[in-house]
Amino acid sequence: MLSGWSLIRLGTVLVYLFMFAPVAVVILLSFNSSQFGAFPMEGLSFRWFVELANNDAIVRAFKTSILLGILTSVISTTLGVMASLAMVRYEFPGKNLLNTALIAPILIPEVVLAVSLLLFLQFLSMPKNFLLLLLGHVIFTLPFVVLVVQARLVGIKKEYEEAALSLGAGPIQTFFAVTLPLLMPAVLAGMLFAFTISFDDITGTLFWKPPGVETVPTQIFAMLRISISPEINALGAVMIIITVVLPLSGAALARRLARRSAE
Amino acid sequence: MAQQANAVELHNTVKRFGEFTAVHSMSLNVTDGSFVTFVGPSGCGKTTTLRMIAGLENATAGDILIRGQRVNDIPIHKRNLGLVFQNYALFPHKTIFENVAFGLKYRNVDKQTIARRVREALQLVQLPHVEDRLPRQLSGGQQQRIALARAIVIQPDVLLLDEPLSALDANLREEMRVELKRIQRELGIATIFVTHDQAEALAMSDRVVVMSNGFIEQEGTPEEVYNEPASEFVANFLGISNLMSGSVEDASADTVKIAVEGGPHLLAHPREGRGKHKGDRARLAVRAEKVFLAEQHAADDDSVIIDGTIDAVDYQGQAARYFVTAGNLSWQAVNPIDRHPFHEGQAVKLRIRAQDVVLLDPARSGNGAEQAG
Ligand SMILES: Nc1ncnc2c1ncn2[C@@H]1O[C@H](COP(=O)(O)OP(=O)(O)O)[C@@H](O)[C@H]1O
Ligand SMILES: [Mg+2]
Repeated sequence: MLSGWSLIRLGTVLVYLFMFAPVAVVILLSFNSSQFGAFPMEGLSFRWFVELANNDAIVRAFKTSILLGILTSVISTTLGVMASLAMVRYEFPGKNLLNTALIAPILIPEVVLAVSLLLFLQFLSMPKNFLLLLLGHVIFTLPFVVLVVQARLVGIKKEYEEAALSLGAGPIQTFFAVTLPLLMPAVLAGMLFAFTISFDDITGTLFWKPPGVETVPTQIFAMLRISISPEINALGAVMIIITVVLPLSGAALARRLARRSAE
Repeated sequence: MAQQANAVELHNTVKRFGEFTAVHSMSLNVTDGSFVTFVGPSGCGKTTTLRMIAGLENATAGDILIRGQRVNDIPIHKRNLGLVFQNYALFPHKTIFENVAFGLKYRNVDKQTIARRVREALQLVQLPHVEDRLPRQLSGGQQQRIALARAIVIQPDVLLLDEPLSALDANLREEMRVELKRIQRELGIATIFVTHDQAEALAMSDRVVVMSNGFIEQEGTPEEVYNEPASEFVANFLGISNLMSGSVEDASADTVKIAVEGGPHLLAHPREGRGKHKGDRARLAVRAEKVFLAEQHAADDDSVIIDGTIDAVDYQGQAARYFVTAGNLSWQAVNPIDRHPFHEGQAVKLRIRAQDVVLLDPARSGNGAEQAG
């Protein structure tokens, strides 16, 4: 007999299956030796990963994505930390308005953001270039960094900084000796967030990328239009590792750091 | 130059937050090596004043001098001050050694000297073997000692302490009180100590500054502010006082006699009669500890004896607090207990000595309110 609880349990299992089965299938099939991506699998092989590594277009897309991701996360986190310090530690007129403006890109549909940035560029009659792509990604990831860093900064008592100042450290020395180390878990988390979001963004990227430049998601998108090659499975598997394993390990690291610096 | 230099001077210092005035035109001298306490109820402006001296708040008006130098425009990290907070504020990611050495790193001190001075500071606060630990591995009392070591190792011009003992439990607090006083004496460092605890203020200070609503109510030695409160506020804040209104009957050179409204005539100390004339209105205060209860008192020239009845008894072990009705007046008396306390309903005699009757300054008996208005 099925009680109410076991129905709920069954439902939960089905939902998870629905969510994760495709992911599992992609990863499994990426190791399939056959040309055709279908079950039953013929045999295990790293063939598609090797082909991936030999595909110039994909390797180029990877390099672009990683460069873009790293630049985005560094710029976004630097700006995010400075903005959070201003928001949490100082009082100035228009603070609430500015804070809302910083968070707004999360609330605005990505397509709208993408088009408006593009129109703005056209208004300035500038051609699309890598800088625009980078700018778009920074705008898009900044709110996540600001939210994470602000949340932690609120929890760091002002007294630590005041104590450092009273002991003779200047404001900048105080930031590097006291505030930044205490903020580190949030800074790392913010960087990882920014990198991951940038790495698998497609909507904005499609609008902003200059001709001839592809990131991994736009490359997959382009390849899918031609055929469903098993290479895509392998590429999918690599993407999953980068966008899931990286943040998870980052979160674990951040938690360990946080525990170490907790009072 | 005067013999005793001033470590800190405030000249008509004001602090406003928007419309709200947290500190009203405050003037004060803290002499070198002295221990000065700001005491007053929560929100009276103690912390704000301390933070202005530290450079954590800008004074809205007036001057602040440290060692004779005007510091209004000098940022905190160039003021050479030792600051201790209620919540210790030790850097949680640094070891005890790194915490104490922090200020020395910004003072061009070589490594060996840093190590030696950190060791000396830790010895002074009696925690010599904790250099390698992290703050969270120490108890609250130990952390506060480290915070003190960190503040004094830089040999500051002034030590500023904001309720440093309030987070500790009662036993530890008294131990630390003695300890802090010992260290301050040993170093001879000018210290400003903020507390809302009157017992702490009286026990530790060379001078007490009683504050209320952003005003200084009274400044003086602990004995002065305790025995000769200048205002009703001070009389009430430091211990329990019986407050009464009356008029001056006699203010000659050797006796001052006051007719208390609805009550007896009280004698006051001749010094209290200065500038008073027959018929003047008067507010007077008598401390609860100075109302002596007994079944019988021998009469003498310098005191007044009144009949009363015990209404209620608050037994406190070595002493008891009594609520006594005498005529139309209610009195509070705190007396040591000799074997058994008096019991409710018992008839007693109250003895009020002239030396214990204090006339309050009528202009100041409004708790700062008139001045604020
Ligand atoms: N940054 C601030 N902004 C506005 N009001 C403040 C600020 N800091 C303190 N105050 C107000 O000033 C008054 C005095 O505060 P404070 O000096 O902290 O009192 P205390 O230390 O004696 O308890 C309080 O009424 C408090 O609310
Ligand atoms: Mg305070």
